[in-house]
Amino acid sequence: MTATIEPEVGKSRRRKEDERLITGRTRWTDNITLPGLLHMAILRSPFSHAKIVSIDTSAAKNAPGVVAVFTARDLDPDSSIGMPCAWPITPDMKAPRRPILAADRVNFAGEGVAVVVARSSAEAHDALEEIDVEYDELPVVLDLEAALADGAPLVHEELGTNKNALWIFDSGEAGTGGNVEDAISSSEVVVKRRFRQQRLIPAFMEPRACVVDPTSSQITMWSATQIPHILRVMSALTLGIPEHKLRVIAPDVGGGFGGKIGVLPEEMMSLLVAQKLGKPVKWNESRSETMLAAHHGRDQIQDITISATRDGRVTGLKVELLANLGAYNGLVGPGVPILGAFMFNAIYKIPAYHFACTNVFTTTTLTDAYRGAGRPEATFAIERIMDELAVELGMDPMELREKNWIKHEEFPFTTVCGLTYDSGNYEAATAKAKELFDYDGLRAEQEKRRASKDKVQLGIGISTFTEMCGLAPSRVLGSLDFGAGGWEYASIRMLPTGKVEVTTGASAHGQGHETAWSQIVADQLGVAFEDVEILHGDTQSSHKGLDTYGSRSLVVGGIAVVKAAEKVVAKAKPIAAHLLECAEDDLEFAGGKFTVKGTDTSTTMGDVALATFFAHNLPDGVEPSLDSDATFDPENFSFPHGTHLCAAEVDTETGRIKLRSYVCVDDVGVAVNPLLVEGQVHGGLAQGIAQALFEGTEHDESGTLTTGTFADYLLPSAADLPSFTTDRTETPSTTNPLGAKGVGEAGTIASTPAVVNAVIDAVRPFGVDDIEMPLTPMRVWHAIQHGTGDAGGPGRGEAGGGLGSIDATGGAQ
Amino acid sequence: MRITVTVDGTKYTDEVEPRTLLAHHLRERLGKVGTVVGCDTSNCGACTVHLDGHSVKSCSVLAVQADGCEVTTIEGLARDGKLHPVQQAFHDNHALQCGFCTPGMIMQSIDLLADNPDPDEQAVREGLEGNLCRCTGYQNIVRAVRDAAQHMSPGAGPDAERITETKHVGVGGD
Amino acid sequence: MIPASFDYVRPSTVDEAIQALASAGEDAKVLAGGQSLLPVLRMRLATPTTLIDLGRVAELRGVREDGDALVIGAMTTHYDVQRDALVAEHAALLKEATDTVADPQIRHRGTFGGAIAHADPAGDLLAPVLALEASLVLAGPSGRRTVAAAEFFQDLFTTALAPDELLVEVRVPKHTGWRAHYEKFNRVAQAWSMVAVAVTVRTEAGVIEEARVALTNMGSTPVRASGVEAALVGAQASADSIAAAASHAAEGTNPPVDSNADVEYRRHLAQVLTGRAIAAAAGA
Repeated sequence: MTATIEPEVGKSRRRKEDERLITGRTRWTDNITLPGLLHMAILRSPFSHAKIVSIDTSAAKNAPGVVAVFTARDLDPDSSIGMPCAWPITPDMKAPRRPILAADRVNFAGEGVAVVVARSSAEAHDALEEIDVEYDELPVVLDLEAALADGAPLVHEELGTNKNALWIFDSGEAGTGGNVEDAISSSEVVVKRRFRQQRLIPAFMEPRACVVDPTSSQITMWSATQIPHILRVMSALTLGIPEHKLRVIAPDVGGGFGGKIGVLPEEMMSLLVAQKLGKPVKWNESRSETMLAAHHGRDQIQDITISATRDGRVTGLKVELLANLGAYNGLVGPGVPILGAFMFNAIYKIPAYHFACTNVFTTTTLTDAYRGAGRPEATFAIERIMDELAVELGMDPMELREKNWIKHEEFPFTTVCGLTYDSGNYEAATAKAKELFDYDGLRAEQEKRRASKDKVQLGIGISTFTEMCGLAPSRVLGSLDFGAGGWEYASIRMLPTGKVEVTTGASAHGQGHETAWSQIVADQLGVAFEDVEILHGDTQSSHKGLDTYGSRSLVVGGIAVVKAAEKVVAKAKPIAAHLLECAEDDLEFAGGKFTVKGTDTSTTMGDVALATFFAHNLPDGVEPSLDSDATFDPENFSFPHGTHLCAAEVDTETGRIKLRSYVCVDDVGVAVNPLLVEGQVHGGLAQGIAQALFEGTEHDESGTLTTGTFADYLLPSAADLPSFTTDRTETPSTTNPLGAKGVGEAGTIASTPAVVNAVIDAVRPFGVDDIEMPLTPMRVWHAIQHGTGDAGGPGRGEAGGGLGSIDATGGAQ
Repeated sequence: MRITVTVDGTKYTDEVEPRTLLAHHLRERLGKVGTVVGCDTSNCGACTVHLDGHSVKSCSVLAVQADGCEVTTIEGLARDGKLHPVQQAFHDNHALQCGFCTPGMIMQSIDLLADNPDPDEQAVREGLEGNLCRCTGYQNIVRAVRDAAQHMSPGAGPDAERITETKHVGVGGD
Repeated sequence: MIPASFDYVRPSTVDEAIQALASAGEDAKVLAGGQSLLPVLRMRLATPTTLIDLGRVAELRGVREDGDALVIGAMTTHYDVQRDALVAEHAALLKEATDTVADPQIRHRGTFGGAIAHADPAGDLLAPVLALEASLVLAGPSGRRTVAAAEFFQDLFTTALAPDELLVEVRVPKHTGWRAHYEKFNRVAQAWSMVAVAVTVRTEAGVIEEARVALTNMGSTPVRASGVEAALVGAQASADSIAAAASHAAEGTNPPVDSNADVEYRRHLAQVLTGRAIAAAAGA
């Protein structure tokens, strides 16, 4: 194979990953079968808050095919195991012990109470029905404000409160800006709004599963996780398994979106049960089980105050949040709102800023990261309130944004939160977006429809966003009390035949790292794209890393690959010089060749690799190896940005919304693979639009999740989404050698407010200034009728719809 | 009950419990793990296979109902190492990310094109409304299906899947 | 996830099926297309002891003419109904509605009779069957009987079928050349109808001579919008007349309440969608 001539980075390479995936040669965790494999099924509480009076497993133990039935008393007799939370955001954060199985109390509907181990999955599930649990119901805690009121029933009695923590950032106190109360009280214009970020379910397509084989020399755990490395160390710490005796493998993983960032009770149970029985065990979940048991996302009440001068200069921003944690602290759950704390000021120069978030426990499924984790919530609030401020000021909403955003010449810019945005060009992205969108043409059409009182009204929604991603500089994480660093690892192995093996600590679950990392290595080492193999997801081979989330893999993991490659070249140079009998300084490396400057004399990287392998003729003191690794700790976050424009038609007779067009111009710096970038944007848009229009959990007054299946929790299909017009500007990052910025979460972060702003814009003449998400046709119609921002009001009672509301039975899955 | 199902051209006779879903029979008994189960309520479509020439959700068919029938799964599409045009088109158009929904999406796309060999964008979107994807936002999938339509002979579908000369997977990057 | 165990019987004739149903007793369930039943079994919302699979009862499949009626076998799939030439000519409303049912895969397996016997108020075939004044042929140990659609649908998921009876065919009076439209309103393509309206009309020179209108999910059973029908007779197929007629749509209805729609909204939707359905059917 000849070395590449034109650069790989920047090419829209089709993916290496596809070959297996389009032919069904997949390795999902649930595919795994081992000799003597036993199957686990978990009995889950149907009640959201109850004392467990008794658990009788005797009948289940005798059910056909059942090998064992365990409760908390069996697996954790000392009640000493607690599921880990890696982010104690304040010193006084409440951290109630989350058991692997509930012993005396259940605190959310869906919490595990017992586990059946049987010879087949069907038999395990059948036996669940034989387990008799007596519950004594306790008062539920659902409403955030009620949970904080005096005398409220408590989720965790022993805490004496439902408040998990209060986290504050104040620019005045931090010295990064002014005092927000002064700013607000002295401003000519103040707009205050309450927004509701509804609770969402990440709903990755592959339900989770876990297989543990205790029979090999290292205990092997396969799990549909996006964090195999973190899972390994956390499992070791949680269960006391010696870390070096544990191997974790994330095989093919079918989507995560943050929903598979977790150290699961089910994983811990699998480890304990497998060791106890000395046999391999598998746990896999159904969709209805995952809807309930896997963590949820978002769920905030946001009180936002913005102040400005009469001519549209923002003077202050105050953010007060109530964040619903659910019943327990997730792995990083308490910190999710904090990830948004530094983003409410967004792309704007806001002189004074205050952020306060109270995390609250409720008797519901815990919440944790979901695509954007804190930043969609922040972007939603600021982009919505900027539109409201524009109305208050009588200004065009784009003009208001332009007046306040950071100008291109002002980068790098240190914000009122103390973050330094390295680069950006909001003007260029916006200009391009407006042109692609036909902004002026659509405004004109809007006018016409308003004038003729057309039954179908048109609205334009803007969302200009930035985000902090590429998690993260370790020191910053430390300052935020995050329980891990933010570096990433890569190692490169130069094989004797000229092929290259790369291990990465990133853990792809659809992102296409094998392809993108191959492109990077091909450029760095001058080897063919096809000659690079990327290994990931197995702690035995890709042994070191901090996994994939927070749009970090490329801008941290990819840079580690670059750094490792640089070391390979540095090791190869003296060997090449020795082989060519010249000085190192006489050599230049390009296109995979070391060439003596000004001559045709050269040797390839492959030649050097083979010579190194033979080690017959190496310079003195040089190790016979080109293999190198690098652990890269980023110096800053990554700050992609973009301008999103949405045109929404509202049928005022029915409240139905149709997205007429959606245009986004995103700047993710230099794109390694534009095709993959575009795919990430598409997928992100779909999820952000779905939050605006379709998705949202519902609980009844007993705390039962009533949207526990795909029949009730509405994900969009292809028929429900428009085609998007996506484009890019490229303002390279100045903080990494590729100039790249993260993209994984961008589409989701930007799109929700673009859509909501568009709909509100369409129906504002009816006296509407807010509609709660999801913007169902009923809510839109009621808002048009009554000029309010109320949701239409959920009803109770039987209506048709197939399965309708399915109670989480906790038993039969 | 004893059933005989022909899957991807091979006849399999097995003793099954009546309650066994076709999807589980394929995965667990026959080792056809290319077909996956993504939900409980027949919404996601990840389990889609062809049964006697039509796309069906194999989670909503009992194995016993497939007795004497012919099933084609994702694993039965490629012929002699050559991909089906729809498979190729998914690769060419980056119509998959995690790949979990992909087998079902491909099987339904083939069925869609059998009924409508030259669908416009709206027809593709409607034809795929029984298949959920969480990764791609569907745009590239729609592109792939229309791309495949250009490369397929009219009327080609589950009953007469004709493969055109296509390039191999892995070499690409134009 | 995995259904509870059950016995399985696969009759080849209607008589065998009736016998099987009789001997299996109360806890048996009939398996038609399985597209509603299988999810119910998987979620263990039902745990029948026996499943009687009608899938190989050939005599239950197919569409034929019988004088001034179309006879649709209960096991005819939605896919076949969509493509049937007789249905297109004599009961276009059925094709219009079936086109909106679920998704292609489900339409390949789901059956006309299965959907009707399931009697989900949000199901899309009930209102058309009611509007077309079809009658249902039920077969049991003591023979066959015919029940008018208006009597057949009794409550949500409840019909006139006795526990030992099967729905074998649906007799649809021919509405040859009548134009039809099914206006379905749901939140996403896969979602159940919040409200839907089935309309079929006979027009002559821009005048609506006869109309049949029925509503989906405006009650525990499909609802005939008689007020609308009466107002349409002899009316011009014009926007004003249609709107006037449609204003009667919610009369006498007791709409259900759920998170998608309250009473006020459902009633409003019924009127708006009825107007649109009539306009589409009448070519206004």
